[in-house]
Amino acid sequence: MSYNSSLRTPSQRIAWTATIAISTLVFIFLIAPILAIMPLSFSSGSYLTYPLPGFSLRWYDDFITSPRWMNSLKNSMIIGVAATLLSMVLGTSAALGLAQWKGRFKPLVLAFVLSPVVVPGVITAVGLYFFFAPIGLTGSYLGLILAHTALATPFVVITVGATLQSFDTNLARAAASLGASPLQAFRRVILPLILPGLASGALFAFATSFDEVVIVLFMAGPEQRTLPREMFSGIRENISPTITAAAVILTTVSVILLATLEALRRRNERLKGGGGG
Amino acid sequence: MTAASLTEAEVPLKRRLRRAERARQLKALALVAPLLVFLLFTFAGPIAGMLWRAVDDREVRQVLPQTIAALADWDGKDLPDEKAFAALTSDVLAARAAGTIAIAAKRLNYAQNGFRTILTGTARNLKAVPEPGTAKETLGKINPAWRERATWMTIKNASGPVTGFYLLAALDLTRNADGAIVAAPPDQAIYRDIFARTFLISLGVTALCLILGFPVAYLLATLPPGRSNLLMIFVLLPFWTSLLVRTCAWIVLLQSKGVVNDSLHWLGIIDGPLRLIYNRFGVCVAMTHVLLPFMILPLYSSMKAISPAYMRAAASLGAPPLTAFLRIYLPQTLPGIGAGSLLVFILAIGYYITPALVGGAADQMISYFIALYTTETANWGLASALGAVLLLATVLLALVYGKLVQGQQVTGGMKN
Repeated sequence: MSYNSSLRTPSQRIAWTATIAISTLVFIFLIAPILAIMPLSFSSGSYLTYPLPGFSLRWYDDFITSPRWMNSLKNSMIIGVAATLLSMVLGTSAALGLAQWKGRFKPLVLAFVLSPVVVPGVITAVGLYFFFAPIGLTGSYLGLILAHTALATPFVVITVGATLQSFDTNLARAAASLGASPLQAFRRVILPLILPGLASGALFAFATSFDEVVIVLFMAGPEQRTLPREMFSGIRENISPTITAAAVILTTVSVILLATLEALRRRNERLKGGGGG
Repeated sequence: MTAASLTEAEVPLKRRLRRAERARQLKALALVAPLLVFLLFTFAGPIAGMLWRAVDDREVRQVLPQTIAALADWDGKDLPDEKAFAALTSDVLAARAAGTIAIAAKRLNYAQNGFRTILTGTARNLKAVPEPGTAKETLGKINPAWRERATWMTIKNASGPVTGFYLLAALDLTRNADGAIVAAPPDQAIYRDIFARTFLISLGVTALCLILGFPVAYLLATLPPGRSNLLMIFVLLPFWTSLLVRTCAWIVLLQSKGVVNDSLHWLGIIDGPLRLIYNRFGVCVAMTHVLLPFMILPLYSSMKAISPAYMRAAASLGAPPLTAFLRIYLPQTLPGIGAGSLLVFILAIGYYITPALVGGAADQMISYFIALYTTETANWGLASALGAVLLLATVLLALVYGKLVQGQQVTGGMKN
């Protein structure tokens, strides 16, 4: 293999060994903190240290029976799902439009559409706070859903746009020449082909909303607090093991999202490979 | 003859094609338009509103309209004339009745410390509209500050409707009584330090990410796909894990009775707990952890694009491995290094949550103060001005980033 055959001299072997050693340390640095807090959530004691005094599910029980935590989980779900749906509609439509658009201002429009990702969260949050307060959208689900949609849509535009780039536009033309209406062509030809891209976009959008906390900090009333927002208060006030239980639940959601995304990517690659061979 | 008829037949076709193309473009625009309108309402509008607030200065002119009008033709050289004093007394009485005196007092207090006391005290002690011609004397008796030119200059400088006051304040500048731009008094001149701190922390975090990320990206790009995909999980899992979870994890690890201190103590390396969190060290560690994937992913894609043939060619031409690496490989990774570093830096300067949770008072970055002035002290002008400076820095860096990744994938460095 290429990475082995190039290691001819001792100094190269040392450099390669060093690369592996440093990378291993970095991998540990990346993963260890996340793994380290998981067992703590199963501790029977209330101190966040090792060794664990014993195993128990009391902190999960605490999470499930606490109206505060359960309400925040429900809010995260409501806002995440609604923002995902809205950003899917807006983002997919925009990606379809941008793929056909050849105008001079396209780079500018694209930059504008993607800018919510780059602008610091606090700036967006402060702007929205000033803007939404007079029209009664702070302290409301609608306000948070709209704000999260603005943050999540760029990811939909990127993922769906990337899928459209590899999409053969002749297929849409073929559909049209065979008498399909534009809507029929979209539903029967384009949609099935870009579906994996749409699914990845939806996952990104949901993850963005599910993770967002700065806007929620500024705009949510006590009724709309999401899971990350509740964790923020929890960390600020005092870290109880219930937070580690919440962290495990959040991480589980992340892992499911990541695994689904990876499965979609693999399926896509397999289909592409099959088409080529 | 035939040629003429051919061109005649061609023209309508060309026109038809052009028309069809135009219709396509309109359709494309119609598909993009909903998102543009939506973002105008939920993103661009709010940010424009914030920028407007950074220069908006109508509080004083709304509360003290007659005073502002009377001061309009005051040359500022000497005390204003009796007319201005009389206008102020009637404004103050009207504002007291309307309960709006605090609005003006708060704004004027930003410009001159202690002005709140002057104005509210005057409102409290002013019994009625003074006899014509005695307003100057009456006000002077209530508070001698009214006999000073600077007091009146403060009002005149705050007469709006727009002001550079907050933007100047965000850069530790102010206008003196003569309207010249000078350094702000030391107790208010804290923002340059905060910006410097923000940039310094971001720079440190970017450097750490580059140092740690480069070997990992190199390893991932060099290993065969099967193994590198497996190792990629180590990068992607933290990337997808909630920011709050990761921040919480670092607190649990680094606090004085945390896992790291306990382990070090158990190993006999330390006697008492090390202070690892709620300081600069904790902020840098946690931010590096959060931002490292943003460095590794663009580096990885740029390294993946480098053909191993180049290195082989360099070796076959007699270049020692180190020379080949430095002269052939490294230059080709520069776009990736630039993109990754810029991305990490852009994200870092806007950070709020992580420093707020794992930093001490001396480690708070600019976002913290924007949030503080928005929700706690409600100094919206200053919050917006600080936001405007941060936004400007971000936009400039993002433009450089855009130039850098032009030609590369648009998604480079985004979650992909």
